[in-house]
Amino acid sequence: MGSYIPSTGEERQEMLKTIGLSSMDQLYDVVPEEVRLHSLDIPEGMSEMEVSRHMEELAGKNHVFRSVFRGAGAYRHYIPAIVKSVTGKEEFLTAYTPYQAEISQGVLQSIFEYQTQMCELTGMDVSNASVYDGASAAAEAVLMCQERKRSRVIISGTANPQVIETVKTYCGSRNVPVTVIPAREYSTDPGELKNALTEDTAAVYIQSPNYYGVIEDMESLIPVIHESGAKAVMGVNPISLGLLKTPGELGADIAVGEGQPLGMPVAFGGPYLGFMTCRQAMMRRLPGRIVGETTDKEGRRCFVLTLQAREQHIRREKASSNICSNEALCAMTASVYLAAMGPQGLYRAAESCAAHARYLAAELGKLGFHILSGERPFFHEFLTDCPVDSGKLLAALAKQDILGGLPVDGGILWCCTECNSKADIDRLVSIVKEVCGK
Amino acid sequence: MKLLFERSRKGRQCCILPPCDVETAAFDESLLRKAPLHLPEISEVDLGRHYTELAKQTHGVNDGFYPLGSCTMKYNPRIDEEAAALPGFTGIHPLQEPESVQGAMEVLYETEQLLKEITGMDAMTFQPAAGAHGEYTGLLLIRSYHLHNGNKERNKIIVPDSAHGTNPASASMAGFEVISVKSDENGGVDLDALRAAVGPDTAGLMLTNPNTVGLFDPNILKITEIVHQAGGLCYYDGANLNAVMGHVRPGDLGFDCVHLNLHKTFAAPHGGGGPGSGPVGCKEFLTQFMPAPLVKKEEDHFEFFVPENSMGRVKSFYGNFLVVVKALTYIRTLGKEGIPEASAGAVLNANYLMKKLSGVYDMAFDTLCMHEFVMTLQRQAHEKGVTAMDVAKRLLDFGIHPPTMYFPLIVHEALMVEPTETESPETLDEAAGIFLKIMEEADTDPESLHQAPHSCPIGRPDEVTAARKPVLRYQF
Repeated sequence: MGSYIPSTGEERQEMLKTIGLSSMDQLYDVVPEEVRLHSLDIPEGMSEMEVSRHMEELAGKNHVFRSVFRGAGAYRHYIPAIVKSVTGKEEFLTAYTPYQAEISQGVLQSIFEYQTQMCELTGMDVSNASVYDGASAAAEAVLMCQERKRSRVIISGTANPQVIETVKTYCGSRNVPVTVIPAREYSTDPGELKNALTEDTAAVYIQSPNYYGVIEDMESLIPVIHESGAKAVMGVNPISLGLLKTPGELGADIAVGEGQPLGMPVAFGGPYLGFMTCRQAMMRRLPGRIVGETTDKEGRRCFVLTLQAREQHIRREKASSNICSNEALCAMTASVYLAAMGPQGLYRAAESCAAHARYLAAELGKLGFHILSGERPFFHEFLTDCPVDSGKLLAALAKQDILGGLPVDGGILWCCTECNSKADIDRLVSIVKEVCGK
Repeated sequence: MKLLFERSRKGRQCCILPPCDVETAAFDESLLRKAPLHLPEISEVDLGRHYTELAKQTHGVNDGFYPLGSCTMKYNPRIDEEAAALPGFTGIHPLQEPESVQGAMEVLYETEQLLKEITGMDAMTFQPAAGAHGEYTGLLLIRSYHLHNGNKERNKIIVPDSAHGTNPASASMAGFEVISVKSDENGGVDLDALRAAVGPDTAGLMLTNPNTVGLFDPNILKITEIVHQAGGLCYYDGANLNAVMGHVRPGDLGFDCVHLNLHKTFAAPHGGGGPGSGPVGCKEFLTQFMPAPLVKKEEDHFEFFVPENSMGRVKSFYGNFLVVVKALTYIRTLGKEGIPEASAGAVLNANYLMKKLSGVYDMAFDTLCMHEFVMTLQRQAHEKGVTAMDVAKRLLDFGIHPPTMYFPLIVHEALMVEPTETESPETLDEAAGIFLKIMEEADTDPESLHQAPHSCPIGRPDEVTAARKPVLRYQF
């Protein structure tokens, strides 16, 4: 079996003697005998080589597709080599939450840099140090907007369904009513929004680009929300912000999203990164860790965890959230990614996503696939109908090592990133052509 | 030290992406970003050096002793990292067809089987991303159960006054009212106070055992019985499971659901604050309420399924999957003998270090402890003006991460020490020597303690100004 205990049997005997015991068993004398476990029914331990083989075998039972045209909340982007090299540094990897600022300046400064980058990206004033993922970020955001006479939460039906489910769970447990407004032609309808808004509405959550890839008309929607006195929470894809108008420019009160595209692998769903930024006025309602700049007694600039009066370890049941551990290393990943890409690189990534998606849409269009959202602008995803059996089509693609789009509402939700080169798209299209018998 | 933004020079960049090989998209001008995007413009070499410098100003488990109470800062095995970096795990999309991700589903299934046996539970979900997220999920199981049975009035969760702050905060998020019960003179749950607190409005009790003063509650069976008799359920906060895994199971102590911290007990690294993983286990009668989806085995393959009365989701997809991979690698390495040996080793190390410090430091509870112990500096604070904070900060000068300070709240001037099993006797002896030396300094040179640390990149930061005049981002 494997073990990471350095002390030898003899040393342990010596240590036992020091504390006045003669056997390891006596350490558990306080446990009532009737519940003492004398044998754990799990397999025997393994050497490192054996366990390494076991894990490789498990990994080998998964298929990693050469090319991926599926997104729907998890996106395969190119990850610069330096991202992994930085986040693999053992100091960052093996540190705890930076409670002791004097020996944690590295982590604290990196979070401060991350906060700055997220504010810049989203056009907002304040960022927290991360929450679990995009879905929990959306849930925390709508709960931030709760006021004495306003509790209702409205979510557009065009949001990612897993985000909608998560928001419903979080709101349900606090008895916060949730209204999901139906999508019209795969986008949020201002009329439906107006109808749903009530005097007790605290927040409206709209995702743009939405689940179907459509860039929502936020410039029309946000004023409607604000007229009713509710707060506008916008879910965004961070890569799209290299190109598209920011939540800040659009007038949102809070911006949230899934940070995974910023340098994290798709990894079967996690760890990912929930980012949250907001206007100055809502700063003290933000959940989670926040790092601030200050000075030490000699006037040197330094960074600390701050505004802790919001948090669970101080406020207990009155805290703004229960969050303690967050996704710090993922936040650092995003920060290194954004620094490596720079403004030009991020713009190029966003442009390339949109360009490849358009090229694919046009090619599929020639084969009789129609974009179901019509002429509405989209970013890097779009939903088409499928003139042939979608199961058959996806199976044919899989055979050629291509993960096709996701079957959604009887159609297919396609996604392109900068990783899907023209050659990859042409290859996909030629297979589709074959399946369609054209 | 310079910020990334202060290293930025216009026009510099890393070369990452090729030019776009298809025609660019023509977006309507009104959709495009007008706001400037101040991301760093930096060369790859400068970027690399920036983080190397930041790493030098960060203390991790691999840098030295890290006896941070309640956080179980044990060694993070390298093989676990290597397993989680396998392309067969990192490169799979969460929405691939199940046939193409059978290995990943097997990881979830196999880890579930192991943790069910370790905790004495009947099912496990990996969706929660951290301990507090697990607490929230576990409490939603309790809430769902009472609502399902038409017991809407069961809306109070009992939490001992020694509990972690996340407990009451999670209860509140889950829609419960929190009832705090006091601890008895031994740091355990006061049975009379508990009896007085339970009633027809009791939804359940949240308990950490061993508790936050590092003691196994000898009345534990009585405690869970009192709660059950009142119609409530018992929630086990797995924060301190590292003391008892393989020796006693929450499921056998009367607990109905649990959360574990894979990033504490099962050796996954903390990453400077995350990502963690907070799987939740429960007894059979609660499984119908678990978050969806769960994994089941059908003959020789794995399938997802949605429990009958599922609470829904608490997060996207299946949780922090790669952290689960690390935990599985760890558990399979230790196995049936290694798991109880690890916990016993943690208890031995804690008692050994406590013994070495006894006499000079006052123990909050002077008895055999579990995996951690709590000291109180109340006497020194009163007599010499030397506080828990002073001792903690002086430890930094010796390359030791301080214990958890000022927690639990029921002990004044508390320092909570958790050495973990992965430290050698030499490390403990050396640390004990430093703790004792610091107490000598308290007599000879108390001022030096107030001013500590002396050898860190910065001195004590001005936290008051940080909170009063928050500067939370760099201004361009």
